[in-house]
Amino acid sequence: MKPLLEVNGVSRFFGGLAAVTGVSFSVKKGEILGLIGPNGAGKTTLFNVVNGFYPPSRGEVLFKGKRISGLKPHQICRLGVARTFQVVKPLQRMSVLDNVIASAFVRANSRARADEIAIEALRFTGLYDDRDVISKGLPLGKRKRLEIARALATQPEMILFDESCAGLNPTELGHSIEIIRKIKERGLTIMVIEHHMKVIMSISDRIVVLNYGEKIAEGTPAEITANPLVIEAYLGASQGA
Amino acid sequence: MKRILPPVILVLLALLPLLGLSSYWMHIFILVIMWAVIGMAWNLLGGYCGQVSFGHAAFFGVGAYTAGILYNKAGLSGWWGLPLSIVAVTASALVIGFICLRLRGPFFALGTLAMGVILRVTTENLRSLTEGDLGIMIRERTWTEKTWYFYIILSIAASTYFVVRKVIESKLGYYFVAIREDQDAAESLGINTTFYKNIALCLSAVITGIAGAFYTNYMGYIDPKVVFALHDISIVTIMVVMVGGVATFWGPAVGAVIMVLLAELIRSIPKLGAAHHTLFGILLIVIIIFLPNGIVGDLPKLRKIFRLGRTS
Repeated sequence: MKPLLEVNGVSRFFGGLAAVTGVSFSVKKGEILGLIGPNGAGKTTLFNVVNGFYPPSRGEVLFKGKRISGLKPHQICRLGVARTFQVVKPLQRMSVLDNVIASAFVRANSRARADEIAIEALRFTGLYDDRDVISKGLPLGKRKRLEIARALATQPEMILFDESCAGLNPTELGHSIEIIRKIKERGLTIMVIEHHMKVIMSISDRIVVLNYGEKIAEGTPAEITANPLVIEAYLGASQGA
Repeated sequence: MKRILPPVILVLLALLPLLGLSSYWMHIFILVIMWAVIGMAWNLLGGYCGQVSFGHAAFFGVGAYTAGILYNKAGLSGWWGLPLSIVAVTASALVIGFICLRLRGPFFALGTLAMGVILRVTTENLRSLTEGDLGIMIRERTWTEKTWYFYIILSIAASTYFVVRKVIESKLGYYFVAIREDQDAAESLGINTTFYKNIALCLSAVITGIAGAFYTNYMGYIDPKVVFALHDISIVTIMVVMVGGVATFWGPAVGAVIMVLLAELIRSIPKLGAAHHTLFGILLIVIIIFLPNGIVGDLPKLRKIFRLGRTS
């Protein structure tokens, strides 16, 4: 079967700095692909390339066999790739519900339909009771979930989660993992950046490891934990700690 | 209550000329309503969409000169300027948008500020078309009475209120506010930010331009220094909205009442009159510090202060 998303030899330079160099991998429909690597490994840059914020300096990104690199983020979103942000970006002075309605309009052609999609997304993420809260006042855990609700409201086929679990307490962490699993059950494809090893190992079907902008390993969680390169670059540090 | 408020205010205003007010008071009312229109227009772009323009005089001036040139060069009635300014202003808004909307935040503000100045200087120097500094005089006034002018600007204001309300409650409104709150987030939620910012700019500009075309017909004389004025048009527009309440439906109207009355009041005080810009500046500072959301936006806060004053 053809993969849903293909990243072919993507490089991204910022002036003389190579944030990502020659990275290739693919994401199959319906799987959860984990993207890990030490700080500054180029994970978020890679997301920004896939999502359209940066055009790749070299290489290309294909979604359902069609080239999407070079398109604007709003066009890529329309094609069915949604994302959340590491640094949460709620539309601060809007209520939680309005935040989600604004993103539901991508596919809804009426206000009533947008409301429907938004309420469904809020129920799904457990934010329905907070719908009238101005998003500035939400605690971090809920803001992270709001990001997920907004991404869902665009009715994507694929979601990129950029550290949706970072900074959460154990209860909130449980919630978020639960939500990501439920999203997978709906048949959506997921790519997730996560620092929390337990989380990434338990939810990912496959994992891609970046270090200094290059892919150093790819495989199932079991293969990754056994890979000496990965242990040296990444896990070794945490084992020593 | 809130539903019926706009029609009630409209009816009350429509009955106003029957009171037989003096020509001076009719003039004040016309100015207040005109500024409310400009404020509502600016609010659409600056308040809801978050693109703060310091150059709305550009659109006011283009509207005013469309009416003036149609009268002066084409021999048409200046009132043709109202519909035709839509074309002229949209064209200039698209050009200004193409240049300025790629800039964000303060850079957009500076860009629009420059555009206003560029248009003023251009108008001053395109003498064959605009008569330059001499300005354009509408020699035959349509009415000597102010009543009809009042009704025309009132219907422009009512339509503007209606349009703004419809836009803000629709998908467009959500998109404008999303862009204001976070442009990157908006873009990744599937919102074509460039496109919708242009829509906000064009809508805002067209309404401002219609007010400009009305101004030409009403005042009967325009020159570049008046209609493209940085402080008397662009800055006052921002003040009207800031004082009344940014991103509120009634803010611009409240702000217009306060600003026009205040201007008249200050001008009538001997010696202080010349310093009205200074006083406006001080007022703006006070508003930004104590009522950052304007009078309408900070109404709960004002009520609280008022109540505290009564109990103590």
